[in-house]
Amino acid sequence: MIAYLIRRILYAIPILIGVNLLTFALFFVVNTPDDMARMQLGVKRVTPEAIEKWKQQHGYDKPLLINKMADSSAKLTDTIFWQKSASMFVLDFGFSDDGRSISREIVTRMGPSMAIALPTFLIGLIFYVSFALLMTLFRATALDIAGVALCVVLMSVSGLFYIIGGQFLISKLWHLVPISGYAGGADGFKFVVLPVVIGVIGGIGSSSRWYRTIFLEEIGKDYVRTARAKGLSELSVLFSHVLKNAMIPILTGVVVVIPLLFMGSLLTESFFGIPGLGSYTIDAINAQDFSVVRAMVFLGSLLYIVGLILTDISYTLVDPRVRLQ
Amino acid sequence: MSFTPVILWSDALVFLLLAAGALMTWYVRRQEYLLLPWRRVAKSNVAMVSLLVLSLFLLVGMLDTLHYRVALKDKSAGQTVYSPEVLSVFDKLVEPLRLHTEKTYSAPMAMTLYAKESVTDAQGNVVRVYPKLQYTGDDGQVMSRAVTGALAGLLAGGGLVWLFSSFPRRRESSGIENHRVAVQSSARQWPLVIVTLIIAGLIGMTINLASVYHVLGTDKVGQDVLYLSLKSIRTGLIIGTVTTLVTLPLALFLGVAAGYFRGWVDDVIQYVYTVLSSIPSVLLIAAAVLMMQVTIDTHPNWFDTAASRADLRLVFLCLILGMTSWTGLCRLLRGETLKLRELEYIQAAQSFGVSSLRILSRHIMPNVMHIILIALVMDFSGLVLAEAVLSYVGVGVDPSMISFGTMINGARLEMAREPMVWWALAAAFSFMLVLVLAANLFADAVRDAFDPRMNRT
Repeated sequence: MIAYLIRRILYAIPILIGVNLLTFALFFVVNTPDDMARMQLGVKRVTPEAIEKWKQQHGYDKPLLINKMADSSAKLTDTIFWQKSASMFVLDFGFSDDGRSISREIVTRMGPSMAIALPTFLIGLIFYVSFALLMTLFRATALDIAGVALCVVLMSVSGLFYIIGGQFLISKLWHLVPISGYAGGADGFKFVVLPVVIGVIGGIGSSSRWYRTIFLEEIGKDYVRTARAKGLSELSVLFSHVLKNAMIPILTGVVVVIPLLFMGSLLTESFFGIPGLGSYTIDAINAQDFSVVRAMVFLGSLLYIVGLILTDISYTLVDPRVRLQ
Repeated sequence: MSFTPVILWSDALVFLLLAAGALMTWYVRRQEYLLLPWRRVAKSNVAMVSLLVLSLFLLVGMLDTLHYRVALKDKSAGQTVYSPEVLSVFDKLVEPLRLHTEKTYSAPMAMTLYAKESVTDAQGNVVRVYPKLQYTGDDGQVMSRAVTGALAGLLAGGGLVWLFSSFPRRRESSGIENHRVAVQSSARQWPLVIVTLIIAGLIGMTINLASVYHVLGTDKVGQDVLYLSLKSIRTGLIIGTVTTLVTLPLALFLGVAAGYFRGWVDDVIQYVYTVLSSIPSVLLIAAAVLMMQVTIDTHPNWFDTAASRADLRLVFLCLILGMTSWTGLCRLLRGETLKLRELEYIQAAQSFGVSSLRILSRHIMPNVMHIILIALVMDFSGLVLAEAVLSYVGVGVDPSMISFGTMINGARLEMAREPMVWWALAAAFSFMLVLVLAANLFADAVRDAFDPRMNRT
């Protein structure tokens, strides 16, 4: 298994290089640093000197790939690609436009993001799976049909509606919790409840329906008939046979997103004023802070690849037939 | 009034899609085995009701796609000068809605503005009153207008139902057996008829009221919310459909090629889609849209009108959404092709010396079509929802373009006002819900009809 993991990690490197090259092309080749400077400084009446100054301030005043003016090894290192893109491999993300270290921002903002994302993920998973099991238990009855219909309606509603509607109903009308804000520690509880509840409700439709399909696929198999023939009750068939065998497809979709929880959710965090990575990204997008967006893209794909490796490991935990070699 | 037709980029792509759709319909109609799953779709009442709703949305979207520019009255040096404002046939049809702008917010069906204003009355005293709206009818006429509109709508709907129900029956021979089938099928279609009549009545009522009142109120700058909602439909539909123009060829060619040729072709294609799918899609879209904004802003001379600039941004957004969303379908197609190429009939074709290109086009492609169709209809609703979120985040359509996202974005702070302004948000969300729900239900019916794994009895 160790050998397999090492191979997987080695395989991740070319993918990260690909991501890196893609973002480099997107941010520096599609538009030259001159274009970006002009954009940041205002399109009209901008002097070449101002552009040069802006580029120097942000470290964009170097050649893209090869610096012909520099000495031997600096030919490669004293370039935009080396300093802005390649440096991300050692998690050195540089500085945002307001001069702060992006790496430090990421570390401090991970906490609030996790405080929202982790409970949403865990409560949601338990709730969706139970709801799907309930629908499976009552399959092909009016209850099941009503459940599926509810899911279809819920998944047709825009995610923005859940947030705006929830804030209005719970905070403005009933005054149960503050509309937005964040505090660390135990004080934070009242700020966390609403985003978590809304996050869970927002996912019911698509997730429960998806789990229901998985369970229904399993329930038609031979081992279920055998279990019933043994005289097991429908409930114990569901929990000790169907649920266990449905673990592989469930894990495939679930484990991948665990590392991405660090990134937080763009919408939730910006609506609820959570100082996490999601709102950091949104602010960067609105302020057109390209270095932050670039760092987030790289971090996101890094976490996604970690998630893929975790998925493989989780298979061995739930299914003894899977051996990683 | 003279005018010049304008074909924006998105219009051209919509016409291309329509032509492709018409071609496909013509081809499918000639092949009985291709028609069979569609017959199953047609048997489902839910599918037909949602198709009806979808085609209404489509009609509005299509009318809104025929653009033109009006000629201005004063000519310069004998040359006709056209107004910089790009209008559509739909704008012309609902001209009262577009032109009846008030000063600021007003509630649905209101007679007055929502806030008090200082007005000097006849005696010269300054009083605080709710000023009457500029464009509104008589208070007492609401009921009569609603009823006459609904009746006219019902009548038109009834006529339509009669037309459709009498049309296919004429071709059937008059046997007793056939008669029974006809009676059974008409009994099955009752829900469809009822829903059609309800929708027709609602539309008639809305049309008759909207010509005088602001049925859904007005927004901050006094624009009619119903007009904004109807205009948003085109943007949503374009995002949902034009994106497939990018997704489909990429996913189809790369996925099938990877699965069929295997070896290094497979490795390269797998590498490309793993790289693309490893970036969280919102971030990739945000990055690409930011870059596109820079390009558009630094080249203002590319566009002759504001509409063409907003339109090009919409097309680019579709392109970017397509570039980020083809990987899932590509993976599915690769897997299916890997399975198909081991089947006997493919091996038979290979041993007969049929060329790879021919095997791909004659044997593999037709057998993965159902996957493509299911994926396309399933993606549509997700894309419509994504547009609203992206526009809210600031990486969606141009802020000047009317869309569900920009409507919600503009109205999100209005819930905090006193008195509360809820109608713009409610209208945007309800239109979106109806569109997406209809699309989801239709997609489910299509999937049920086309998926070979479904066991039918």
